[in-house]
Amino acid sequence: MADTATQGASGGMPQLDPSSFPNQIFWLVIALVAIYFILSRIALPRIAAVLAERQGALTNDLAAAEELKQRAVEAEAAYNKALADARSEAAKIADETRAAIQADLDKAIARADDEISAKAAESEARIAEIRAGAVRSIEEVAADVAGDIVAAVAPGQKVDAKVLSAAVAARVKG
Amino acid sequence: MASESTNTTGTQSKGNGRVIAYVLIALAAVLFGLAYADGYGKLAIAPMDQFKVKPLFGGDTIAWYTPTNVTFWLGMSILSIFALMVMGTRGRAVIPSRGQSMAELAYGFVRKMVEDVAGKDALPYFPFIFTAFLFILSANFLGLIPSSFTTTSHFAVTVVLALTVFISVTVLGFVKNGTAFLSLFWVSSAPLVLRPVLAVIELISYFVRPVSHSVRLAGAMMAGHAVLKVFAGFAGAMGLGGIVPVFGVVAIYGLEVLVSAIQAYVFTILTCVYLKDALHPHH
Repeated sequence: MADTATQGASGGMPQLDPSSFPNQIFWLVIALVAIYFILSRIALPRIAAVLAERQGALTNDLAAAEELKQRAVEAEAAYNKALADARSEAAKIADETRAAIQADLDKAIARADDEISAKAAESEARIAEIRAGAVRSIEEVAADVAGDIVAAVAPGQKVDAKVLSAAVAARVKG
Repeated sequence: MASESTNTTGTQSKGNGRVIAYVLIALAAVLFGLAYADGYGKLAIAPMDQFKVKPLFGGDTIAWYTPTNVTFWLGMSILSIFALMVMGTRGRAVIPSRGQSMAELAYGFVRKMVEDVAGKDALPYFPFIFTAFLFILSANFLGLIPSSFTTTSHFAVTVVLALTVFISVTVLGFVKNGTAFLSLFWVSSAPLVLRPVLAVIELISYFVRPVSHSVRLAGAMMAGHAVLKVFAGFAGAMGLGGIVPVFGVVAIYGLEVLVSAIQAYVFTILTCVYLKDALHPHH
């Protein structure tokens, strides 16, 4: 206790004891100079180099990523273009095919129409022939019947066949 | 046991287990102290003894060249800075190790501070500012090792640091700006009548800078360590009840870790502010 008291009385704050100042300042200056040289000669250039290298690596990686992204965009554009080309090509082929089929179809229809009209004309001709044949037969039958009727009505009366048929023909037409 | 119970019964018992562990550690510290304390039962506290400058190899006289505990702990500062900044970065890895990350973090922190506060043209002085920052930081942290010596708690040290900053910044101001540096004291944005008054105030505050710059650091370190010592002395004097001051010591120690870092930061950022005034004296 007494020891403490005397120390306190004699010492006070060691910070205010000027006898140790030269010593502290001397060693402090040495320490600061040493730290400064350690930092400025070794540590700071090294850390700056590492940071620059890292920054460079980051920049390079980002540039590479940007380039790859650009390439991906280009690839997508090329793909889309190829797709569009293929689609238009397909449409063209489909159109051509459709046109060719249409032409074939038109030709076939025209031929069929021709055949149909030819057949129809032939049929009409035959119908007309048959009708004419029928009229002639009717006239013959009518002339015969008329001759028989005349023979039955006026026996012995001779009738010229030509006159008779002419009369029948006039009657049938009338 | 405590850690085993945490897995089964959850956070409540985990907290209890922690508290019990802390109490046991504190009790052990108190008992350990009691076994060695000769001043048991007496309030024998000499909080300033830890700041005494003692010759390292015996003797009483302290000449300017005598290796002292100051020398030893300054050397420890150099060693720890060397370990962090040189040995930590020896890998030079693009993907850094833990030590290299810390070194890069310190580098980036101070460099950004210099650039933000003092501007890009202050970067040539970055090595000096970084030297001051790392020295103060390491000295403050090393001083927190029990029974060590805190070099930055001495005015001789902090005044040398602050005066170095003050003188070099003032000389730099005149070299860079010539007499235009004096416009720092001539507040051109104020009314003309007020300017001479403000000039006197500015001049006084300029010359008070090194005083506050140095006393702030030494005072913070000295006060914190003295309080720690006082609490530790209470713990020694109170016997088993000393467990209470031990908790106080733990709490203040945590605070002191914070203060150590903050004081290094404050000293550095003020240096940057002064440097800014020297490079750009116009308001």
